[in-house]
Amino acid sequence: MLSCKDVTQLISESMDASLPIGKRIGVRLHLLICKFCLRYERQLLLIRETARRLAAIEEPPILSAGELLSAEAKERIRESLANP
Amino acid sequence: MAKPANTDPAEWVDRYGDYLFRYAMLRLRDRSTAEDLVQETFLAAFKDYGSFSGKSSESTWLVGILKHKIIDHFRRQSREAPLGEKDLREHPDPSSFDGSGHWTSGPADWGGNPADLYREKKFLDQLTKCLSGLSPNLANAFTLREIEGADTGEICKVLNVTETNLWVILHRARMLLRRCLEANWFEKSSKKGS
Repeated sequence: MLSCKDVTQLISESMDASLPIGKRIGVRLHLLICKFCLRYERQLLLIRETARRLAAIEEPPILSAGELLSAEAKERIRESLANP
Repeated sequence: MAKPANTDPAEWVDRYGDYLFRYAMLRLRDRSTAEDLVQETFLAAFKDYGSFSGKSSESTWLVGILKHKIIDHFRRQSREAPLGEKDLREHPDPSSFDGSGHWTSGPADWGGNPADLYREKKFLDQLTKCLSGLSPNLANAFTLREIEGADTGEICKVLNVTETNLWVILHRARMLLRRCLEANWFEKSSKKGS
């Protein structure tokens, strides 16, 4: 029998490679009866989905000064472009 | 060769600087490294302008250069601080499981349908903070796999690890990140709501 600890590892692995059939069935059976591991899987998939969406949007919704290139850095880059 | 009209490199910094910087920050989480790589990107683009075909937009071309610089940076980091034995063997979150491998206290209910998280600025800040709390190898593996969507073979080459080790690294990164987000985002926002 797979423990929850084993299953969390296999859930992660299944996000990177396809599991051998035996393990795949073991995980699916476990998820039928274990709400915590099922929740764990859903949360990892939600984090993945959110990360990929973040990467895909061109303009983040709200900007704060911390997300902008500082004026000093811009100046430095302009200078380095003027004297490459 | 026909090139678009807006090709004055002197204007690049104003036009694309913030965009490239945000792109770099999401992946590097460190201001000075992000600034350096954006600067290197502009310089490389400037020197190599002849190779810009105009087939893609300037911003796509610049992002392509930046992406290579970021991957080179990850490669350097993993060479300078390779993964330790301990990083691979110890369980990332031992207190979550009892002796027989059952959850001691399982993952909390994150409520409703938080599918719009990526639009929330504060969530992005928290994700970045949680990622910064991981060791560089873990954070970089997560970034390449989950943000960049790179395939595992490619990531193994960048981080110079075997595929089996990469699975361990990603498992650790995901488990620690999930726990950090739960403690700092979901539990706090559920308290705010009640």
